[in-house]
Amino acid sequence: MAGTQYRGSAITDVDQFVADAAGLASEREKEIGQHIGYRYDVNLVPDYTKITPYLSKYMEVMGWDDLNWLEDVHMGYEDGNPAVFDRNNNGWVSIPSSVELPDNQQDRDMIARELLLKFQMSDRHPLATLRKAYMKF
Amino acid sequence: MAGVSDAALKEMTQEERVTALGMRTDQLTGRAMAISFDPDEKERFEYPWAPEVDFNKRTELDVDEMTSTEANNQIRALMAEGYGTIVIKNPRGKHSLGVGILSRLRLIFEGSLGYFGVGLLDGPNVTINGRVGWSCGENMMAGTIVVKKNAGSTFGAALRGGDLVARGSVGARTGIDQKGGTIIVGGDTGALSGFMMQRGRMVVCGNAGKDLGDSMYDGTIYVGGEIKSCGVDAVPGELTDLDKAWLTRKLTQYGLLPDKGVDHFKKVVAGRMLWNYDNLEPSEKKLIL
Repeated sequence: MAGTQYRGSAITDVDQFVADAAGLASEREKEIGQHIGYRYDVNLVPDYTKITPYLSKYMEVMGWDDLNWLEDVHMGYEDGNPAVFDRNNNGWVSIPSSVELPDNQQDRDMIARELLLKFQMSDRHPLATLRKAYMKF
Repeated sequence: MAGVSDAALKEMTQEERVTALGMRTDQLTGRAMAISFDPDEKERFEYPWAPEVDFNKRTELDVDEMTSTEANNQIRALMAEGYGTIVIKNPRGKHSLGVGILSRLRLIFEGSLGYFGVGLLDGPNVTINGRVGWSCGENMMAGTIVVKKNAGSTFGAALRGGDLVARGSVGARTGIDQKGGTIIVGGDTGALSGFMMQRGRMVVCGNAGKDLGDSMYDGTIYVGGEIKSCGVDAVPGELTDLDKAWLTRKLTQYGLLPDKGVDHFKKVVAGRMLWNYDNLEPSEKKLIL
């Protein structure tokens, strides 16, 4: 019967989903061929000692005392590659291999926030095209 | 896309614009839109279309004789003129005021709002010197909203990001379907708060009503007072040092840090029993593949 026990597996290592793209650990995950749950800790709160200068400037420009919505942004992993979920695009955006990954999730999350923010604010973002196509002039 | 000017786009129908922008050349294969970040992307802090506003440029807008639509249009017009701080006088409980603002702005309401006030925001900092009705801040993406008094039910419904704060108490179903962001309640919250919560954080400095966090899939709820009862699959979690540091910082930010600190806060998380990957799914997968 569904909904009687948690059948996923725990995240044990920061590189878990880079080393093992499928990430199938529990019996249930192997049975359905799909990892159950997020590929990062969705509830990890940010460590502000790791903040980057660009993100500090963003807080200042917006008049915020903290990272605000970016507190919910984390570096995730898709198909064995580091990636960030872009809510404005409803999809994963890959992190290029030229970006060196730190050895801890908090530093990775700060990189994820910076890359996502720059992308969302750029003309290259799909929302810019969607806006041109569908906005009411 | 580069070959089509904005002026030419304005002359087209929506169908023609969509085609001209090449939006129908991709087949819907699911992976066709794979995108990578550009590490050398230009540093910007606002959307390309956001009006340039200056927080130091301040004006007042009396909305007493306006409809909600007229008031909202007037706020946009003032932003287009560069006003970064707008004080709204005489809101008188009108519904849907200050909605859909997608850039930086300081918006101050001198009075109370009705239903669905300041929803669908993406960036502004809002202060409401009064009370709010149902669904204040619903679907907010980013920004801050501070309500100085009490709030109605479904406060922060489907919140996606940003900080939503009520210094007083709030009604039932606070943060229903919350998908991110932070909701802070200075007083008590009603029944079924955190119902179907999916992500984000909720902080209740006072007491929580019955069925707290019912059917929550993820996210975190912190309660400083008593919890009447937890809902289905809402279970106690361990309050870590990182949680305490975060709570202290966040509550200090809004002047709501209790004198006795945050050590007494209870943490409620999802038991993950509703993460429902039922027995039918593998059979369906085999049938499809």
